[in-house]
Amino acid sequence: MRNALRLALVGLTALGLGTVACAPQEPVRAAVKDDKDRKTAPEFELKDVNGKVVHLSDFKGKVVLVDFWATWCGPCAIEIPWFVDFQRKYKDRGFEVVGISMDDDGWKAITPFVSEKKINYRILLGDDKTGDLYGGVEALPTTFVVDRDGRVASVHVGLANKKDFEDAIEKLLETPPASVAKSAGHSGS
Amino acid sequence: MAPTLSVPPLPTVKAKKGSDVTVTLKASLPSGYHANSNKPTEAYLIPLTLKWTAGPLQVETITYPKAEMEKYSFSDKPISVVTGEFSIATKFKVPADAQSGPAAQTGTLRYQACDNKACYPPKNLPVNVTVSLE
Repeated sequence: MRNALRLALVGLTALGLGTVACAPQEPVRAAVKDDKDRKTAPEFELKDVNGKVVHLSDFKGKVVLVDFWATWCGPCAIEIPWFVDFQRKYKDRGFEVVGISMDDDGWKAITPFVSEKKINYRILLGDDKTGDLYGGVEALPTTFVVDRDGRVASVHVGLANKKDFEDAIEKLLETPPASVAKSAGHSGS
Repeated sequence: MAPTLSVPPLPTVKAKKGSDVTVTLKASLPSGYHANSNKPTEAYLIPLTLKWTAGPLQVETITYPKAEMEKYSFSDKPISVVTGEFSIATKFKVPADAQSGPAAQTGTLRYQACDNKACYPPKNLPVNVTVSLE
């Protein structure tokens, strides 16, 4: 995590966030990007509590909310119950929340927190490499909403607004993956 | 960008064997950021800690700055924090049988900072002071 800063500017810009705050975070009310402005979300390879390797591509075709968080992060604790709600509410429509914990203490810190907060979505143990891939994630929470085609549709740095997330999720769930849209277009012509 | 706690180098401290000596570490956080105090109000928060790890002196007491109770958008109730400039004083006992001359006392200052919307990973800052033992 310590090396994350050096890539922050390049990475966040590459992911389309645009600017990196040098002052205290202002809430990022990231609207869903236009289709043409979305960039492919970096593939990650991280383990869950059972040691199972999980990739972002495992969720292909789904809308995925990727939340970088930590147990010592107060703003993260505010957002987590929202994500629990989203997981319950939207799972059957092709939605998944993936929490990437940046806790240095690993599962020893994470497991009791997951139980206490009744987290119902997949939690993975993050690392510097994944943080760097996502633009040098250092401010927590940092949350990426990924569309059904595996592209970053919105980025939220710091405590965000529940409605902004919901609006983004609803909008993205209504849009089929490009492959399905294309074939539907062909069959109709 | 993560805030950096700035800690100026400590001046050399003169101390007599068998006596007490106090070393005061001054630190400052940029405006708009806070660090948890040494006694956070929530169990999950990482406290401000100064640990002296090596050197000829024996730690007697560490006095942390007076905490402020502040309310942030992510907390239901005020939390115990430090902001701006603050000091941490360590009272050492100099052993009567300590060797005369300069000696290094080293430690680590650990803190975890946030602003009103986001938190940053805990950091460990090395701290060292040269003690001139007489």
